[in-house]
Amino acid sequence: MISSDIQIVLPEIILALFAMGALLGAVYTGKDKTASFLTWLTAGVFLVLGAWIGLNGQGTQEAFGGMFINDSFSRFAKVVILFSAAAVLIVSIDYMAKRDLLRFEYPILVALATVGMMVMVSAGDLMSLYMGLELQSLALYVVASLRRDSAKSTEAGLKYFVLGALSSGLLLYGASLTYGFAGTTLFSGILTAVGHDVSIGLLFGMVFMMSGFAFKVSAAPFHMWTPDVYEGSPTPVTAFFATAPKVAAMGLFARVVYDAFGGVVGDWQQIVMMLSILSMFVGAIAAIGQTNIKRLMAYSSIAHMGFALMGLAAGTAMGVEAMLVYMSIYVTMNIGTFAFILSMEKDGKPVTEIKALSMYSKKEPLKALALLVLMFSLAGVPPMLGFMGKLAVFRAALEADLVWLAVAAGIASVIGAFYYLRVVYYMYFGEDSDALDGTMSPVAWGMLVASAVIMLVGIVNLFGIVPMAAEAAQALVN
Amino acid sequence: MENLLSIVTFIPLLAAAILALFLRGDDEGARKNAKWVAMIATVATFLVSLFILTGFDPSNTGMQFVEDREWLFGLHYKMGVDGISLLFVMLSTFLMPLVIWSAWDVTHRTKEYMIAFLMLETLMLGVFMALDLVLFYVFFEAGLIPMFLIIGIWGGKNRIYASFKFFLYTFLGSVLMLVAMVAMYADAGTMDIPTLMTHEFSTAGFSVLGIQVVGGLQTMLFLAFFASFAVKMPMWPVHTWLPDAHVQAPTAGSVVLAAILLKMGGYGFLRFSLPMFPVGSAVMGDLVLWMSAIAIVYTSLVALVQEDMKKLIAYSSVAHMGYVTMGIFAMNQQGIDGAIFQMISHGFISGALFLCVGVIYDRMHTRDIDAYGGLVNRMPAYALLFMFFTMANVGLPGTSGFVGEFLTLMGIFQVNTWVAAVAALGVIFSAAYALWLYRRVVMGELIKESLKSITDMTGREKMIFAPLVIMTLLLGIYPSLVTDLIGPSVEALVHHVHTAIEASDLTVAAVAEVAAH
Repeated sequence: MISSDIQIVLPEIILALFAMGALLGAVYTGKDKTASFLTWLTAGVFLVLGAWIGLNGQGTQEAFGGMFINDSFSRFAKVVILFSAAAVLIVSIDYMAKRDLLRFEYPILVALATVGMMVMVSAGDLMSLYMGLELQSLALYVVASLRRDSAKSTEAGLKYFVLGALSSGLLLYGASLTYGFAGTTLFSGILTAVGHDVSIGLLFGMVFMMSGFAFKVSAAPFHMWTPDVYEGSPTPVTAFFATAPKVAAMGLFARVVYDAFGGVVGDWQQIVMMLSILSMFVGAIAAIGQTNIKRLMAYSSIAHMGFALMGLAAGTAMGVEAMLVYMSIYVTMNIGTFAFILSMEKDGKPVTEIKALSMYSKKEPLKALALLVLMFSLAGVPPMLGFMGKLAVFRAALEADLVWLAVAAGIASVIGAFYYLRVVYYMYFGEDSDALDGTMSPVAWGMLVASAVIMLVGIVNLFGIVPMAAEAAQALVN
Repeated sequence: MENLLSIVTFIPLLAAAILALFLRGDDEGARKNAKWVAMIATVATFLVSLFILTGFDPSNTGMQFVEDREWLFGLHYKMGVDGISLLFVMLSTFLMPLVIWSAWDVTHRTKEYMIAFLMLETLMLGVFMALDLVLFYVFFEAGLIPMFLIIGIWGGKNRIYASFKFFLYTFLGSVLMLVAMVAMYADAGTMDIPTLMTHEFSTAGFSVLGIQVVGGLQTMLFLAFFASFAVKMPMWPVHTWLPDAHVQAPTAGSVVLAAILLKMGGYGFLRFSLPMFPVGSAVMGDLVLWMSAIAIVYTSLVALVQEDMKKLIAYSSVAHMGYVTMGIFAMNQQGIDGAIFQMISHGFISGALFLCVGVIYDRMHTRDIDAYGGLVNRMPAYALLFMFFTMANVGLPGTSGFVGEFLTLMGIFQVNTWVAAVAALGVIFSAAYALWLYRRVVMGELIKESLKSITDMTGREKMIFAPLVIMTLLLGIYPSLVTDLIGPSVEALVHHVHTAIEASDLTVAAVAEVAAH
């Protein structure tokens, strides 16, 4: 019994052991001198685990009496999480080393956060859900304030922590209500207790838990922390926040609403729709006035979460499939964009003003072109992949007869297009300026160009992720 | 040659990729190479596209040269042409070499300029050939990107405002169309255009926010598509982006915009609105007719008071597109024949007029009408060409402009005499503004000091106009060249639309019922 359970959670155990081993090893040997090697190693471990999870494992297995579920939904999410975390780690080495930030704790904390995320998307029980969530969050609070001597970074960490603790509180409150009324913490048990007509106590529990999740995915109106944390954290950390944790939180969101409350789709659908519409509009409108590219990306991520939630709001397998496809595309675009933002610097100092991009296309035509592709992709203009993501969620929403949601999303995406175009405007139409150096580490360059090429070439068949996402969605919704 | 359409579509893209990847440097040699690569690619595209024209069978009203491959989400990569789309394809391939040639003297970022135009050509051709809704949308929308850059990078003083306005206006229209497309998919279960053209969307009325929608789903879908095509066309009152975009765009950009991009709206009406939502079209038809009539008169009057040559021609374009929408929604053979004819002919004429403006803009760097006068004294060849195209724009018999206007007016007269009467006023106004423009720019004494040393057109400039003159005259004298090709397809379309409207038996009764309430 126990051995087969361990067999199922083996990837998580390996990663957790690796993190602890690396911590001990680094402390007893060179400390920060090992940091560069350790970061590469961690990224390598992520990649190997990701490939392993992706290639192995079929069907649905449950461990520890249903507390941990390994199905194709969790595998899909885990692969995206691991690969994006690895990409962010690799791309950040150069930036961190230059600014003397490359401490050995960084990859270890990221590894621990990743373990938490993997548990989150596999959770089958309120306890394992909370354990995964907190492991992830606590590690993230620390990396947000990685730059200890910077007031902004510390502020970001603190804000994230206080608001994160509040949301965890909401979540726990909801979980305890749910437990009280359902009499069990197992999702499958809750599903039976809820039936097709949710009682008022369970409804409260559900709403509180969803508020907690909305905070984690930074959906409006629980998005307040995002711009400040994105701006204050060191840029590689921001890149990490914008990618893997978002996938994990979305995965968890979908997991809970389907596995525990799948019988009352109509009840949570309205909440998700509301979150979705608000996020799309808040993200689109608030981003217009931003002058800092990191804050811009924060609002952009809020808007994108709105679109992803639209898939979830459909309440169908197709909706979950669309959400997964959307998240995969979103993560890929963001890695490329952040690879570029990481390399924005003048005389060795990081620059985050959008204005600094003025006439960048003249100095670095290829990089500017790559960023142009990514911006249009983020705006959802075909033939870039961002459009295919939008198409998928539109399709899901309309199949579920959410016409108004789709129309609102269309309008929001036009508003959103404005600020992405503004970046293009500075790069191509702006005044001549010399606010940026053209240097870029080869790794970051590779990520940027690869991401842009993926956005363009992906239109052919999306690299075959659609059937995988469909299978994952099927596993979750049934 | 079963990939003929794909080959034609993607030759320019291939050339653009070659330029982007292999051409380095920004010296004289590199610029020359960029221009030649673009020229060869566009000419090659035109030559290959002639195979489509020769292999086309006008009597077959279905899709020809069809290619079909599986794509994502159950979509298809499906291309094909019929009598309606064929001529738009030919128009695009015919004009692009001239556009490239007209941009021969561009020195600012020549390579990127050529890449933008080559990409634009691929996307335009794709729009006219796509037979899958999403594929169509991809081409339709992606065309915004190169045009946005063309206006924004190579445009005039106020280019930023114009480029943003252009992008956001058209984007808003198209996003609503995307929502409608997905809704159609949800209803019909396919994105295949030929299948959808025969699919009957529900016409059962329902109410939205207390307003009774006659024609139900069809009307709603029609409106969503209308939002996109009316902006693209552009129809009054959503035409305001066009004068801005035209004035700020570089000459070659204006030519493409006026000659080809605007036609996507008209093509969209013919390909989607009429065959797929015949009842919706019938319900909204009167509104569209009156919007067209207002557009013709109003924009002609606005054109009269313009002080910028490009703006004047832009408003004249809006007026001429009014004839197109009017012809299309007359929903009879003459009207639709005339609309297609008018679009093709307007492609040559407006393109040529923008080139005419470009010729003197290149010399004087101003488009103010007041800055000119008496050009005939030093530029006789120019005066002749400009007069020819002014007359064609007015619709002088013998030029292609006449045939289009005449056919559309004839079509509309059978349907709605009042609209025909109002629209006929536009013919007079168009003569007024066009001739007055000509008088102020070309005729009179040459008194302005700055114009004393202006030179007449170079050989290259004359050569660019030659094909346009030939086509304008040829189509004006022998219009059957066009109508024979499009006739059978249009006939089938008209037949299909009328059968569907009669079958629904809803419009007249329902409209009366709503009016009674």
